[in-house]
Amino acid sequence: MNPVSIASISAELAAQRVSALELTDQALARAEHAAALNSFIRLDADAARGAARSIDAMRANGSDLQPLAGIPFAHKDIFCTRGIATTCGSRMLQNFVPPYDAHVVERLAQAGAVSIGKTNMDEFAMGSSNESSAYGAAANPWDHTRVPGGSSGGSAAAVAAGIVPFATGTDTGGSVRQPAAFCGITGLKPTYGRVSRYGMIAYASSLDCAGVLARSAADCAVVLDAIAGFDARDATSVERPGERTAAALSQPLAGLRIGVAREYFSGGVQADVADRVHAALRELQRCGATLVDIGLPNAHHAIAAYYVIAPAEASSNLARYDGVRYGHRAAQARSLDELYSLSRAEGFGAEVQRRILVGTYALSAGYYDAYYLRAQKVRRLIAEDFATAFAGVDLIAGPTAPTTAFRIGEKSGDALAMYAADVNTVAVNLAGLPAISVPAGFADDGLPVGLQLIAPAFAEARLLNAAHQLQQATDWHLQVPAGTP
Amino acid sequence: MSLDHAAVRHIARLARLAIADDQLESLRSDLERVLHLFDDLAAANVNHLAPLAHPHDQTLALRDDIVSEDDRSAQLLALAATAQGGYFLVPKVIE
Repeated sequence: MNPVSIASISAELAAQRVSALELTDQALARAEHAAALNSFIRLDADAARGAARSIDAMRANGSDLQPLAGIPFAHKDIFCTRGIATTCGSRMLQNFVPPYDAHVVERLAQAGAVSIGKTNMDEFAMGSSNESSAYGAAANPWDHTRVPGGSSGGSAAAVAAGIVPFATGTDTGGSVRQPAAFCGITGLKPTYGRVSRYGMIAYASSLDCAGVLARSAADCAVVLDAIAGFDARDATSVERPGERTAAALSQPLAGLRIGVAREYFSGGVQADVADRVHAALRELQRCGATLVDIGLPNAHHAIAAYYVIAPAEASSNLARYDGVRYGHRAAQARSLDELYSLSRAEGFGAEVQRRILVGTYALSAGYYDAYYLRAQKVRRLIAEDFATAFAGVDLIAGPTAPTTAFRIGEKSGDALAMYAADVNTVAVNLAGLPAISVPAGFADDGLPVGLQLIAPAFAEARLLNAAHQLQQATDWHLQVPAGTP
Repeated sequence: MSLDHAAVRHIARLARLAIADDQLESLRSDLERVLHLFDDLAAANVNHLAPLAHPHDQTLALRDDIVSEDDRSAQLLALAATAQGGYFLVPKVIE
């Protein structure tokens, strides 16, 4: 089966040519069939079938249902789900069963979408390969010896393998966009504040952002419209009433200026990756857009700033895991101090511990000014780069990742090599901007390449429209790995 | 920036992470490599800039000072490995 859109599945459901229960059973069967990908930490077959039956009953009663009603999907295991274990990819939360739902979980349930389970991820979203998961690495459906990217690697693999039409993800430094690029699908990171973080397990609070992984920009728009909006439970949630992106996808691109950021093509960017991205940009040009050569002169500082700020915030956020109230508790502790330090040492994996230590160092007496404060100033420099660029262009473009998906194990022993894979994505989080990764064909190794488009804050409609127009003119997003149902 | 084992122990102590002696050297060398990455920050010209802690200039929303959630203490205590009489239990603090 070729990839089908949420709109077409929705139409089949509305015409009662297929039931939500049939779609759910199909998704669960596909997940079992693709178990080798390790894209799920858990499947919730009974709950999913129950939700699907209730949607089918509502439809049979003539209820007015939303576009996502009856559509199966999966949640990244970072979103708290009431009564369903939420591990965040960590041993620390192996037995954590939240007493409440995250905002994103509530919204998608209200929209009638049917969650079939929780997807694999890098532990506490700290990673770019899914290899730091306590539940084992996930594989890339295009080549099982390759990583799916991370941290939302399980979500990306599940969508790319045709298990579900969409999945939720989170993006702190590229964790939606990079796995989308590696798996040949579309990944949307909205503007910071557009989607409530309530119930989304915190990594770096000033950067964390809920996002969507799907086949197409049009599908991302439908899901964004369901999850976006003000929520008083997240103090950084932004009130922007009345903005619907799915209805704004038919704008011609004539007059749209796309800034091609030369820094995003420099350094370690694979030549064939750069070629494919330039080819995708020429397609956008054929759709009417104008390409403008631009510079983001401080882009090269983004990795250093990000890897100070994110671990600093992480060291603070993850202080809550102390073995007392929830999460792993060391059995052998003889004192309160030992309870803290042993529970944390046993519960956290190596990369999480490394980032906590780096963050603690950056915030510690004597180093705060040189590291954390300076990184925050560099953050402003990077945000000002974008602001200057957006005075002359409507969108900014470049490769999402410098390479195609690397081999499992290739970078897992080298934290710096792994961090470098985030070179083109982290600046967007530092500035809080919306961005999307869309498929741009295949590199010489046969693996997918992603084009990243970046928009000014809250210009998701413009961003999604440009991506949609590209996908109307090309079929890269319709390509699926061999053996995909 | 170079680190010694005492510095690594100090940071681990601040972070409340137990580290074994045989982990010290590999952690030290890992952290030192990551800290070298931060040398790049010194090259940026930021003297005229204020730090940016949050991506948007926004005013935090205020809400009425009323109770908005039910008492969930029983549910929350149930998440703890050990709790008793409405309290979380920890190892003895006072001898």
